Amino acid sequence: MSFLLTCPNCGTREVTDFGFGGEASRRPSERPASLRELGDYTYFRRNVAGVQREWWVHRSGCRAWFLAERDTTTNAVLWTALPADAPAAREAVSA
Amino acid sequence: MRRLPPQPGERIDRSAPLTFTFDGAPVPAFAGDTIASALLASGRSVLSRSFKYHRPRGELCGCGQCANSLVQIGDRPSVRACGTPVQDGMAVEHQNAWPSLERDVLALPGRVGGPFMQVGFYYKTFIKPRRMWPVYERVLRRAAGLGKLPRRQDEREWRTEYRRRHCDVLVIGGGIAGLSAALAAARAGADVVLADDDVEPGGFELATANRERVRELAAQCRDAGVEILAGGSALGYFDGLVPVWQGDTLHQVRARRHVAATGSIEQPLVFPDNDLPGVMLAAGARRLAALYAVAPGESAVVATVGDAGLESALALHEAGVRVAAVADLRADAAQRPVAARLAEHGVRVLAETTVVRALGRRGVEGAVLARVGADGVARAGSAEEIACDLLALSGGAVPASSLLLQAGARARYDAVSGRFLPGELPEGVHAAGAVAGCDDAEQAALSGAVAGAEAALALGFDGQARDLAEQRARLEAWPLAPVAEPPACARDERSGGKAFVDLDEDVTVKDVEQAVAEGYDSIELSKRYTTVTMGPSQGRFSQLPAVRVVAAKTGLSLDAVGLTTARPPWSTVPMGALAGRPFEAAKRSAIHARHRAAGATIRWAGDWRRAYDYGQPEREALAVQETAGLIDVSTLGKLLVRGPQAGELLDRLYPNVMSSIAPGRIRYGVLLSDAGRITDDGTVCRLDDESFYVTTTSSGAAAVEQWFTWWLADWALDAHVTDLTQGVAAVNLAGPQAREILARVADLDVSNEAFRYLDAKHARIAGIDCLLLRIGFVGEVGYEIHCASAHGQALWDALMDAGAPLGLTPFGLEPQRVLRLQKQHILVGQDTDSESTPWNAALPWIVKLDKPQQFIGRWALEHLRERTGEEGGVALVGFRVPSGQVPTEGAVVLDGPGGRPAGQVTSARRSPKLGESIGMATVPSALAGEDARIHISDAGATFEAVVTTKPFYDPEGLVLRS
Repeated sequence: MSFLLTCPNCGTREVTDFGFGGEASRRPSERPASLRELGDYTYFRRNVAGVQREWWVHRSGCRAWFLAERDTTTNAVLWTALPADAPAAREAVSA
Repeated sequence: MRRLPPQPGERIDRSAPLTFTFDGAPVPAFAGDTIASALLASGRSVLSRSFKYHRPRGELCGCGQCANSLVQIGDRPSVRACGTPVQDGMAVEHQNAWPSLERDVLALPGRVGGPFMQVGFYYKTFIKPRRMWPVYERVLRRAAGLGKLPRRQDEREWRTEYRRRHCDVLVIGGGIAGLSAALAAARAGADVVLADDDVEPGGFELATANRERVRELAAQCRDAGVEILAGGSALGYFDGLVPVWQGDTLHQVRARRHVAATGSIEQPLVFPDNDLPGVMLAAGARRLAALYAVAPGESAVVATVGDAGLESALALHEAGVRVAAVADLRADAAQRPVAARLAEHGVRVLAETTVVRALGRRGVEGAVLARVGADGVARAGSAEEIACDLLALSGGAVPASSLLLQAGARARYDAVSGRFLPGELPEGVHAAGAVAGCDDAEQAALSGAVAGAEAALALGFDGQARDLAEQRARLEAWPLAPVAEPPACARDERSGGKAFVDLDEDVTVKDVEQAVAEGYDSIELSKRYTTVTMGPSQGRFSQLPAVRVVAAKTGLSLDAVGLTTARPPWSTVPMGALAGRPFEAAKRSAIHARHRAAGATIRWAGDWRRAYDYGQPEREALAVQETAGLIDVSTLGKLLVRGPQAGELLDRLYPNVMSSIAPGRIRYGVLLSDAGRITDDGTVCRLDDESFYVTTTSSGAAAVEQWFTWWLADWALDAHVTDLTQGVAAVNLAGPQAREILARVADLDVSNEAFRYLDAKHARIAGIDCLLLRIGFVGEVGYEIHCASAHGQALWDALMDAGAPLGLTPFGLEPQRVLRLQKQHILVGQDTDSESTPWNAALPWIVKLDKPQQFIGRWALEHLRERTGEEGGVALVGFRVPSGQVPTEGAVVLDGPGGRPAGQVTSARRSPKLGESIGMATVPSALAGEDARIHISDAGATFEAVVTTKPFYDPEGLVLRS
């Protein structure tokens, strides 16, 4: 794996500068009713082959967390943005 | 074999003779020689022994691509003799033969023949009985191998430099096509890097009449600003990153566009004994003659399927090598213009003919030429024996398309040109020259110029875009030179002789046929079963022959059989170059020098170098309890959390309430995962209304900072997290005399009324601004003193100077572990694991389910309580061992005498103060009561311990608060 990523603060850097935070999921505002739903939130990921929204942290730089959309099959990064500036997320379609 | 008279454009410098040794014997050479060219010039034809059968092998490719010339140079194994320049005094040794290259006793099994060492032999023979495998393995590893690694770690170290290079266009391959591409792109204005694995760019044309032209092209490239990485091997294509290994530097080149001008690889032909020393690739023989003025033989037979072999034959003849005959498989061979020129020189060209057997025992003594049917068998009466000592093969070309395929191109078999060509190229990748099917030098040059201009144009450099369309049209209309498709294996009517598909791995036609017969009929399966194409040359010379055998045996077309997956690395690279320097980054506290000076035992603690003890851990622990001790705790993670919503952030991250801490007060906290499990612990101190000073464990500092900032980013609270870990030094001053020592150096009232347990105060110590936290990890009255790292040593010195008369002793990590165990203060990661919740880690009071925040871990804890009860059947308890034995940490707790495992010892020490063996363990809830008897099984012995849920020392915490 090797590609470039653009930190919203610092600019374009090698991916090795960054830490991966996994796909962006929404934390429920209330406690999930069943243990299964809680388990889904805690442990399950959609793991899409295609474009996904994900968290990155500029570990070796400004240490800011930001969001990115990346095609997991090509590593093409569509955009990166601080959470406040990120385009509204489309609701995840549950598999 | 001998040195030829001076050749035009030869690479050797005859005025600079030098000497190296091969297996101890001196070998003369010239500057510019490769190891192989010098060995051949000195008359040595056997360079190595083969991998499995230990057959003698000689030079094959002449350009550093094959595995036939692997040698050992000092402690570097598997160096390619034909791609490595000679240096004066170099000590070169053979590999994989014993006792010598000429007499190798390991060659015997191969000669005996029979079922021994046929394909699958190892799998079938040595698998039973299992227990014998280690014995077999020792013998087999010795017999099959390629060179020796140095045994000592420090002798294996590599000093690799890493360089990142970003450019507009990366051209891979410095032949006529690559140079033309680089020049076109650079002249259009692009920033261009060109990587070429030879010592000078120019590629194959350096061995032809075009040599001055390519040298001129290289000069023009340099003038146009192209960075040429000569001797640089492109290892692979990784999402646009191409690592180029050049001597001691690994260039990590990231380009916006790539031009693959990687050329093609001339293929051998397959027939019995096609591995005898003296069997070479025709282009390799030509390169040896042209570049190093080496006659690879006195009398040559050339076998070819196209014009390339005819041209090599002509070049060999002109260089002074007698060409006895040329066998061309094409029916119309005589009509080719090159054939006519060969005829003018009196060289016989036999049409529709190929080589069906090599003759000779230790080297080529002759060749059998014949007309063959589609099955490769010689037609009756057509065979002719010709004496020769060089058998030069030109079995067609395979595009060196590995990088293109790694980039996402697909190879399709092109029947017209008789080869697998890379089909549609991925975005941003261009191909030029022979890899794209452009064999002719003029055609290759044009294709390079077009690819370079197109790459530049795509990036917005339009300097040379004018006649691009016309050039492309000209390129596509280029006439193709016909090539004949050779049989999978040509043979005469005689039996005997191994016909090799893969020289690296000693895989024969029979092996691949047998693999297909046994059901491994896909190329990927037969590859794994026979290891064909899996040797050091990465299938360069064996992939197409293997595909031909599988196609012939299965009746499928070459296209249907397909190629095996192209994987990096394309060129060999030392593991050390990729692994980098074997160093570990060490963190040292600002006070480290003082610990060294005091004779501390320094050990690793995560990334940190820490004082483990100062030589007497038991005495140090006692000193803390009887007078006073000082420990460097600078490694603690330290975060400053500020802002109107700082308290809210902490309330969401911790299971207890942090927003209610009064300014100047301290509270202990643990951090939980979403699964409710403990991930870290530390203290939270409120500095003022909007500021909190948070400490974390030493090893968790980085993770906690990321955890805090991540949730802060997600929740978008009005707060800010600053990591102070590196900038702040900290020491813990603890013991009965700690207050008195502090009183002597600090400008504040240290009385117990003014500075209570869990108070935080600012003060100056020896003029240094400090934050003092009165906490009690080690169980005595203690002050954790934080100051700027720059003043860490001064703080340490001031405290030691003031404390020495009162018995102040520095103490290390080990005594601290004993002291905290006496208090049953947990160490996260030691006394907790990935299943530990606050409830089963003896911290039930910390969970505040009545607070409003949906803190991290809350939901899991609530579910847990509803389903299994808080503890979930497991508890963390303290224990005493009446017999005095100190169990190993990790020892098993049994559910009764002679019972089953039910828990484990997490910590255990002998307490010098209490004079007994104490510890902590996870046990079933039923055994967690005060004074319960548990049984510990440790290294075969079982002994009894008594549960103690209260701290062993100062159970009511009176000392701490005094």
